[in-house]
Parts: sequence; structure tokens; C-alpha cells
Amino acid sequence: MSKHTSMALRRPSRLSPDRLRVVVPILALLAMLVATGFLQPRVMSYFGFTLLLRYSLPLLFATMAQLCILVVGDIDLGIGPFVSLVNCIVASWLADQPWLCGIALVGAIFAYAAMGAFIQYRRLPSIVVTLGFSFIWLGAALLVRPTPGGTVPDWLIAATGFRTPLVPMPALLAIVVAFIAHHLIMRTAYGTVLRGIGSNAAAVERAGWSLLVGRALLYGAAGFCGVLAGLTLSGLNTTGDPWVGAQYTLLSIAGAIIGGAEFSGGIVSPIGAVFGAMIMLLSSSLLSFLNISTDWQLSLQGGLLTLVLALRTLSVWVGK
Amino acid sequence: MSSFRRWTATHSWIWSFLGAGALMIVMLPFLRGQGIEQVGQVAIQFATFYVMVGLGQMLVIALGSGNIDLSVPGTITLAGFVGLSVSSGATGTLGACGAAVAIGIGAGIGNAVLIQVLQIPPMIATLSSGFVLQSLAIAFSRGASAVPSPLLQAISVHRFAGVPDLAIILILASLTVGLVLRQTRFGRTVLASGQSIRAARLTGLSVNSTIAIVYILSGIFAALTGLFLAASVGGASLDMGQEYLLFSIAVVVLGGTAISGGEASPTGVWGAALLLVLSVTLLNILGVGAGVRFLATGIIIVGVLGVTKPRED
Repeated sequence: MSKHTSMALRRPSRLSPDRLRVVVPILALLAMLVATGFLQPRVMSYFGFTLLLRYSLPLLFATMAQLCILVVGDIDLGIGPFVSLVNCIVASWLADQPWLCGIALVGAIFAYAAMGAFIQYRRLPSIVVTLGFSFIWLGAALLVRPTPGGTVPDWLIAATGFRTPLVPMPALLAIVVAFIAHHLIMRTAYGTVLRGIGSNAAAVERAGWSLLVGRALLYGAAGFCGVLAGLTLSGLNTTGDPWVGAQYTLLSIAGAIIGGAEFSGGIVSPIGAVFGAMIMLLSSSLLSFLNISTDWQLSLQGGLLTLVLALRTLSVWVGK
Repeated sequence: MSSFRRWTATHSWIWSFLGAGALMIVMLPFLRGQGIEQVGQVAIQFATFYVMVGLGQMLVIALGSGNIDLSVPGTITLAGFVGLSVSSGATGTLGACGAAVAIGIGAGIGNAVLIQVLQIPPMIATLSSGFVLQSLAIAFSRGASAVPSPLLQAISVHRFAGVPDLAIILILASLTVGLVLRQTRFGRTVLASGQSIRAARLTGLSVNSTIAIVYILSGIFAALTGLFLAASVGGASLDMGQEYLLFSIAVVVLGGTAISGGEASPTGVWGAALLLVLSVTLLNILGVGAGVRFLATGIIIVGVLGVTKPRED
């Protein structure tokens, strides 16, 4: 009782949790950019940024895929192998059999939607199902392309390396993606319903919305983002490799969570997630600028994720 | 029939054994030249590792509230490398086991601190700690000898009357875990926390220390798996733990332990481990490539999940 009144009486602070959710990743990214610029001043130019952000596109889309799953409070442990699968399909078929490639990619998106429907229909934990499916994606990738190789058409390579005036394309695209995702998830009525599934599924269902459709749709959207991640990665790598995507599972989860997503309650922040993805990207560059062996890259990425969540807990303690 | 149904409702582990038995029968016509005994032995050898890592995961999952140990692959890899390199040193096999247990305890304590003190959801906490462990393994693997001492390797593949020693030890360990879950305060606290953590707390059970101990046990099981797996195949590799994340969870879930927690079936872990190993063996006998093997394993696991009874809310 007393707790509730005090909550209601307290004036909303300027740094409410929702604002902190976006402010913290922005500040963290700025700090990292300053550190990067200090260590390697040459980075602070158009070409420097283009190089620095080179691999941001696949990570950005993979993080958005993870974000779609996090909206309903699920987690996707299979996005990495899925990106590999898309990469293998693109490198094997896009150049010679574009139709086959298109059908395969659309099929992959539908497979993702079906996975979401399956999780909802059988009321299974997403962690187990997506982990099981990760073997299916990896197996399929190995079937399409048992060893690294294949070719990616020149237009895709040109598109991922496209140089926009003044601001590098990855930065522009990040802003566009953040805007679109923010609008779809945070501003539309159905986006609110979808977030409601993550917060209180029973209430959303009683209000007449189909959880099956909601989950299938979000997983389908995740599949679509996963396909975009695979396409851009193919354009950058210009070849197919069944193991190439493995790192994106951790990176996408870390990016989305650092960017303000909670693990429950349908709480996500698309804008924060874009910053989160950039933080994960810069973390590895920063290591190499600091002359630290890349052996420690996983430690740093895992450590960053833990640190952010630990700080969140601490801020709750301090707030009390 | 209805009494059979009632019996299987509480003994769902039987399905995994029936599945394993069916696979064994399917496999018979394909066994050209190889004796069934041989296939059985190899299956038991690898099932032992699945069970070793699965028992720890089972205890964690039985805690409920989203508890799961995703740091398993990192622990396996690190313990594999450190254990093997210690085994060639002055302290030998005993030192290697000690090192593995220490790594397991360290991983478990780390997870417990992240989850209980810093309140990080178990999934994310163990995922990140697993990557830290993996990265430690990568750093350690540079210049480390990844070959087991002859004694350690001999122990890890030694057989008693045709059955690997490790399998016998693991059967005893499974019985112990089963007994502990039923009979001891610790075990009952694990299951009670899984059924309702609030009720368990209000009853005055020491839930927090129980959760910490369970994560430490899971770490030790995973670390010993890493040590003996690396020793039995003659060397550690950086991706040796990779498949064990899915397998450790799959043997638990397919073995009839509820993913929502509150119940646990060590017997089912054995059944599911045999089921998985036999399906991989069957695929190997058929001579399929790695792609089909991954694909089929994934489909089997997802398929079994699909036919099991949906959770009742």
C-alpha cells in the first residue's frame, strides 16, 4: 500500500527507466567512438568510418531479428546458423539460378514463421526449439554448401559497398532501420499488441487477439531480417561459408539487450538496439586498436553484456 | 491400455527407451560386418558423455524459473584443454581431474553470482559466462599441449567386462542423483523450487544456496565431461563443446524432465542419450554427411518436442 502511494506521488524523474534504456547505449557508443578516435585518429574520416562500419549491416539486421523475437519474451539461439544458411543459399544459387534462390529464401522466412507458430501451438520454450532448429539451419547450410566457396553476383557486392555522399551508407541505413523498427514496434497499434504478448499473453488473448498469428508474424519478421543479414554478409564476404554466421547468435542477443531490451515483459527498444549493435561492432575494433589479441573478443562481448545487465540491477538498488 | 497410459503419464522416460529400442531394431539390417556388440559399446561410450553433461543440466532445469546452463560448451572446452595439459605434468591424472573440478566449481560460482547477486536472467548470465570461458579456452589453447597423458587416456576408455568404466561410474552417479533428489533435503529443495519458488522460500527452505550448489554441480559435470571427452578421443579442440549445448538440453527434455522445472528423471536422461547416440550412429552407418546428420538430429529433437504433451497452463 505505502509502496504504491509513494510511487504515485513521486514526480516522474527525468531519467526514467524508459529514457535510460536509450540514453545508456547512446552514451556508451559515444564513449567508444571517442576512445576509438583517440587511439586511431585516422578513423575519424569518411573512409575511416566506412571501414569501421563495414560489417555493421549484417549485425544490424541480425540484431533486429533478435529484437523481433525478444518482443514476445522469447530468445533465438539459432539466428547465427540461419544467417549462415542464407549466406550459403545466396553464394550457391543467386548468380546462376536466381529463381531457385528467391524461392529458397522466401521458404526460409516461412520456416521461421512456422517455427514461431510451432512454439506457440505446442507452448514450448523458445530456447529449446530455436536451439533444435539451429541444427536444422546448420545442417541445411552444410547440405547446400559442404565446404566454403561459391560466388556472389557483382550487383550484390556493389550494393553492400555502395558509397553515399557525406555520411557512409551503413550509418544512414542504421538510422533508417531504427526509424522503421521504432515506428512498427513502438508506434503502431498492432505493435503494441505484439509487445503485450511479451508482457501478458493471457490478457492479449482474452482481448481477442491470436497469439498464434502474433508469434508467427514476429518470427516471420525475424526470418526476414535474418535473410537481410545473410544477404548483406554475402555481399561483404563475396563467398559462402556454412560456419560464417555462428558469432551472430551472441552478438545479436548482446546488441538487443545492451540496447535496452528486457528479457521479459515485452520491453524492447528498437533505437537502442541499433546502438547496441554498433557497440558490439566497435568492441572488436577497439580491441585491435588496443593491441589486445582477438582471443579475448568473446570475453569482452560476453563481459559487456553482463556488465550492462549488472548495472541495470545496481541502478534498481540505488533507485530504491 | 488406460492403466498403461496412467503409468506413462508419471513415467514419461519410458518413451525415450522405447525410441532407443526401436532405433536399435531399425539398425540391425544395416550392420554389415560390424557386430551389434561393437555398435552398442560405442553407443554407450558416447551416451555416457551425454549423460554426464545432461545430469548437471537436468538439475539446473529442475530448478524452474527459467534456470538453464548455457555455459556448458565453454566449460567443456576449457576443462578439456586445461585438463589435458595438466595431465602431462607432474600431478598427472589426479591433477587433471582436480583442475577440471576446479574449473567446474569456478564456472558454477560465476554463474551463481551473476544470477543471484546481480539478478541477471539465467539464460543471459550463463550464455555470457560461457563465452568468457570459451575465450579463456582459446587463449589457453595457444601453445598448450592438447594431448592426454597415456594414463588418463587409458582410464577414459578402459572397459570392465565390455562396459566402459566411465559408463559404470555414470550409472552409479545417476542412481545417486536420483536418490539425492528423492531422499535428501537438498534434492527436495531443488524440486520444490521448481514447482513454486515462492512456496519453497516461504517454507523456509534454503533456496538460494541450493540454486548456487546446483550451478556448481552442473559446472563440475560439464568440466569432467570435457576432460574425459578430450582424453578419450585423444585431444582437445576448440569446437569440442559446441554440440553439447543442444545435446545436454535435449537429453533432459526428451528424457521426460519438465522444462518448466519441478521434476527430474535421471533414468530418462539415459534413455534420451541412447536415443540420440543411436540415431547419430545409424546416420553414420548409412554413410551420410555432416549436413544430413545435423539436419536429422535437429528434426528428431524438434519432432519429439512436437509430439510430447503440451504444457498445461
